[in-house]
Amino acid sequence: MKRFLLFLPLLVAIIVGAFLFAGIGKDPTKLDSALVGKPVPVFSLKSLKQPEATLDESLFQGEVTLLNVWGTWCPACRDEHADLMWLAQERKVPIIGLNYKDNRDDALVWLDRLGDPYRTVIYDPKGTLGFDLGVYGAPETFVIDASGVVRYRHVGVVNVEVWEQILLPVITKARGNG
Amino acid sequence: MLRIMCFLLAILASGITSADVSAVYGFDSRSEEQRYQNLIAELRCPKCQNQNIADSNSPISKDMRNAVYQMMQEGASNDEIVESLVGRFGEFVKYKPDLDSRTFVLWATPAIAVLGGLLVVAGVVVRSRRAGTAAPALSADEQARIEKMLAEKNRNGKA
Repeated sequence: MKRFLLFLPLLVAIIVGAFLFAGIGKDPTKLDSALVGKPVPVFSLKSLKQPEATLDESLFQGEVTLLNVWGTWCPACRDEHADLMWLAQERKVPIIGLNYKDNRDDALVWLDRLGDPYRTVIYDPKGTLGFDLGVYGAPETFVIDASGVVRYRHVGVVNVEVWEQILLPVITKARGNG
Repeated sequence: MLRIMCFLLAILASGITSADVSAVYGFDSRSEEQRYQNLIAELRCPKCQNQNIADSNSPISKDMRNAVYQMMQEGASNDEIVESLVGRFGEFVKYKPDLDSRTFVLWATPAIAVLGGLLVVAGVVVRSRRAGTAAPALSADEQARIEKMLAEKNRNGKA
């Protein structure tokens, strides 16, 4: 019994150590989306590129898509733009944009100058759809399956590495089931 | 002097930004306003993670305060308001998470720590009690031997 007690501190240290070790490398700023497994929220917003057209959640029916939240005020969005162009052109990934808390003129100039990787862009100047999606900082990228259900949310820039290691597997799975 | 000036300026500037946080919302009653203040104090900003939305100046906190206010005006209960924000931003926005299998360790840690401390204290007390009532530290044989040694030392000292 006494012998065992001597090892107690070691045991406690190992348990606490294992617990803390599991937390190392986790980025606390990346939160799991509450929307995963739920359909895209109901919305009715104008299109950025065709101001007279109104878009709603049926936009996400029929095909696995990426929903990319961006704004011209967001420096990281500029960083990922080239990679989105690459995804759209080389990988033929359907990307829908959500222009978040931005203004139309700036956004159109941006797309004109940097290229347009988006099939459609939802114009959300007040951030209402962004709020319903739980967007807390652009850029964020959602994987949405063919029946309009959110499968994954990535916070931060999309680049080749993120695409290959995170998004592609999720999309492949979503396509398989959808 | 320059340092003091900088310090004062910094204080002034921080006063200005935090004044910006409290947007002007009208409330029907004092208790409603208190309810609003309590709600925004226990909701956590998802962007600036260690602030509640009452303190945070980030755009998302502003939106969340606005949503809380709107829902209050529509007559939602506290639970409904919190649930609606959790539905969008996840469990993270609650400073007091529900007790479930994932948060069990979190909630149990204080109890475990107190219990562990009590066990240690109890152990120490029991051990010291037992030491007090235990047989004398020396056996009869040893007692005899030590007396013999002392006697011998005295004799040597005198000689």
